[in-house]
Amino acid sequence: MSPYQPRIPLISVTPRGLYCPRGDFYIDPWEGVDTALITHAHSDHAREGSQLYHISEQSLGIIQRRLGAEGQYITHSYSQSFTLGDVLISFHPAGHILGSAQIRMECEGEVWVVSGDYKRDYDPTCAAFEVVPCDVFITESTFGLPIFVWKGIEEETEAIYRWWKKNQEVGKNSMLACYALGKSQRVLHALAAFTDQPVLLHGATQVLVDLYREQGVPLIATQPATDYGKDMTGQLILAPPGAIGSTWSRKFGPYETGFASGWMRIRGNRRRKAYDQGFVISDHADWPALLQTVRECGAKKIYVTHGYTDDLSRFLCELGHDAEPLETLFAREEDG
Amino acid sequence: MKRLVQLFEEIDTTTSTKAKVTALATYFQTAPPRDAVWTLYYFLGRKQKRLVKRKTIQTAVQELSELPDWLFEQSYTAVGDLAETIALLTESIGHKVFSDVPLHVWIEERLPFLSKQNEDEQKIILKNWWRELSTEEVFILTKLITGGFRSGVSVRLVVRGLVEAFQWDEAILSEKLIGEWPVTEDWFLGLGSAEREGLSLYPYPFFLASPVDGEAEALGPIQDFAVEWKWDGIRSQIVKREGQVAIWSRGEELISQSFPELLTLGKELADGTVLDGEILAFAEGKVKAFADLQKRLQRKKVSEKMVKENPVVFLAFDCLQANSVDLRDQPLGERRRILDSIVKDMNHPTLQSSTLILLESWDELLTLRGESRSRGVEGMMLKRLSSVYQMGRKKGDWWKWKIDPMTLDAVMLYAQAGHGKRANLYTDYTFGLWKDGQIVPFAKAYSGLSNEEIGKLDTWIRKNTLEKFGPVRSVKPLKVFEIAFEGIQLSPRHKSGIAVRFPRILRERLDKKPEDADSLATAMELMHAPTVDA
Ligand SMILES: [Zn+2]
Ligand SMILES: [Zn+2]
Repeated sequence: MSPYQPRIPLISVTPRGLYCPRGDFYIDPWEGVDTALITHAHSDHAREGSQLYHISEQSLGIIQRRLGAEGQYITHSYSQSFTLGDVLISFHPAGHILGSAQIRMECEGEVWVVSGDYKRDYDPTCAAFEVVPCDVFITESTFGLPIFVWKGIEEETEAIYRWWKKNQEVGKNSMLACYALGKSQRVLHALAAFTDQPVLLHGATQVLVDLYREQGVPLIATQPATDYGKDMTGQLILAPPGAIGSTWSRKFGPYETGFASGWMRIRGNRRRKAYDQGFVISDHADWPALLQTVRECGAKKIYVTHGYTDDLSRFLCELGHDAEPLETLFAREEDG
Repeated sequence: MKRLVQLFEEIDTTTSTKAKVTALATYFQTAPPRDAVWTLYYFLGRKQKRLVKRKTIQTAVQELSELPDWLFEQSYTAVGDLAETIALLTESIGHKVFSDVPLHVWIEERLPFLSKQNEDEQKIILKNWWRELSTEEVFILTKLITGGFRSGVSVRLVVRGLVEAFQWDEAILSEKLIGEWPVTEDWFLGLGSAEREGLSLYPYPFFLASPVDGEAEALGPIQDFAVEWKWDGIRSQIVKREGQVAIWSRGEELISQSFPELLTLGKELADGTVLDGEILAFAEGKVKAFADLQKRLQRKKVSEKMVKENPVVFLAFDCLQANSVDLRDQPLGERRRILDSIVKDMNHPTLQSSTLILLESWDELLTLRGESRSRGVEGMMLKRLSSVYQMGRKKGDWWKWKIDPMTLDAVMLYAQAGHGKRANLYTDYTFGLWKDGQIVPFAKAYSGLSNEEIGKLDTWIRKNTLEKFGPVRSVKPLKVFEIAFEGIQLSPRHKSGIAVRFPRILRERLDKKPEDADSLATAMELMHAPTVDA
């Protein structure tokens, strides 16, 4: 297949992040800019310092919480178009976390989509991923190797539940490391199928759980970890990875530790991070989902960013797609 | 198979020793004996050879998942373990039809059948099996096929599991598990009986000395002890029974082949004799460096030339069986009397008995100990004259009092490239000690190896890398090194909880397996040991 030359270089990579010259805006910029479009509220995507933020409606609460309420935010509901410069823009569900969006950009009949972080797996705590047909697709590749294949959330949640019960039997607490935004809520929702016993939450998780509840996402009963008393044993405690093993976690001993993450797919990762138990739950697309998405969006050109960029793009090329890592684009820009 | 996988996962996902023992006990209670005996076999670290070429397994999985070579390699690099890579890649196979074939059928029928087929047939068989198995099962199966299975628990824990499951006698059980045994249901069921027939060439479980803890004087009157120099050799037993001889290392490995002259010696012993002692490199009336001994261990088959150039002696310090009578319940003094008469009667050039030093005061001992370094010994052994020969490391009767530096046997975990001239060589290493069934890093060491050794190690590191983090590689925890250091103290900043001063590599311990490396607990004991050079 002859390489596809996008008619319009709608996106370029600059030291401040992905930039759209025709609309004069950045997507998930690394530092403060005039106009920022934010795919989702994770801290490596939503950063402070910009004058104006365009964000999805559902992520407003979380982003305000993280970046401050005084910033200037313009919210958009999914699929609703707006214009910046020459570019027609719309946000579409990415299925990653509450409010996560792919960003579609159209200019002179050519369509580019920036995926942000996304997944195709079942997740009732946020809107499901929508396939957006496009000419150029910029995809993430956090888990872009064929060893990354996810099991269903039910199966892994059941494993968490069994682990919790097993520890309970021997009078131990279960300390589960979960990213505070997205992963925790997904697990709390899925646990409802197995129990109604309340789960204890670290303060950082609690805040975000409240925000999910405000948006009507049903979650299992929870309790702040500050309620924990010496008379309580066999509790399940959710906390961000950094909190486990810190002085904060000491009062919950004796406890077993677990980590819910796509990285737990590899035994060595669990061992190196010294978790007793790993649960393979990820909010990113696994290998089959990455391939499926590239296929379904019908893009003529794929740029791969965020992860195993070289491996995924090379494999896509071998499948007959026109794909390259986004870094190459960056280098080309610098060369002029 | 499912039970074994469950056991493996249970052990792998807890750091609690108690939980591991319970998991083992539950397994042994519930598994059919015919399967349990195989689990025991593998958990004790017995290995079968690789049955299928790595390339065959790899090609099979690539064909099934339609992956090019380079992508398989990238996946392998990310995972760091071949069997795990294979297992993860089989996960995406659609339409699995799970079955649970008993472990003994796998090992006694399916695997031997597989190994006899040609490569194309092997691939077809593997693909069919993978359709029946979960990812975790494929992982274990591939480990079995490639001969790389490791249980992650020590022999001691396995024994504790069996004892907890069946209330068997720990001493008899430990003895029966040593050496070669038939992997049969009958044998497994017979483990509980007190009879010991058919164990003709097995050694007795070794009695190990503990490091002196605190002031040596606190052990009691010196007159109660026999004092020996602690030589740097290979602890071993020579077993002579029914006309046959076997030489066993402390790790309960058969090392007869490495020491043909000791086999000759053993033949001259009376039937029903077991001697415990130290194999030492020895020439011109002097004990030589351990490195000379090591050369012998590295060979499967030792040539005559090798025997001539690197002669050894067996320095016996105990007699555990004589005239087919088990002497272990006799006091040391009596066992020594018997030993001395055997050695004297034999009058054999490769058999000596250790010098027993009887002292009147601890001061005398301190003076003697001061000579350790000049005599080329590691320190002193203190053995209570009244002591019976016990099993394993039991505190109270046998003590080792090493001179500084303190040493620990540790497993290499990470390697880092050096600087300047050595920038493309891995010269800086991190070593770990056992803690709750895991190896935790405790010291970094940069020096102590020759350039030639560093070169060889560099090649090994590259071949055995698990993962790369910038200039650092984690390596398979397989190599044991003796690490020397000047001091040791508690340090909450370190993951191990201890910090050592001036750690350096003394040598590689080719005679030790990772399971034989020291534990953090041993390091803790060292902390209280006297560090004086008398
Ligand atoms: Zn994200
Ligand atoms: Zn991200």
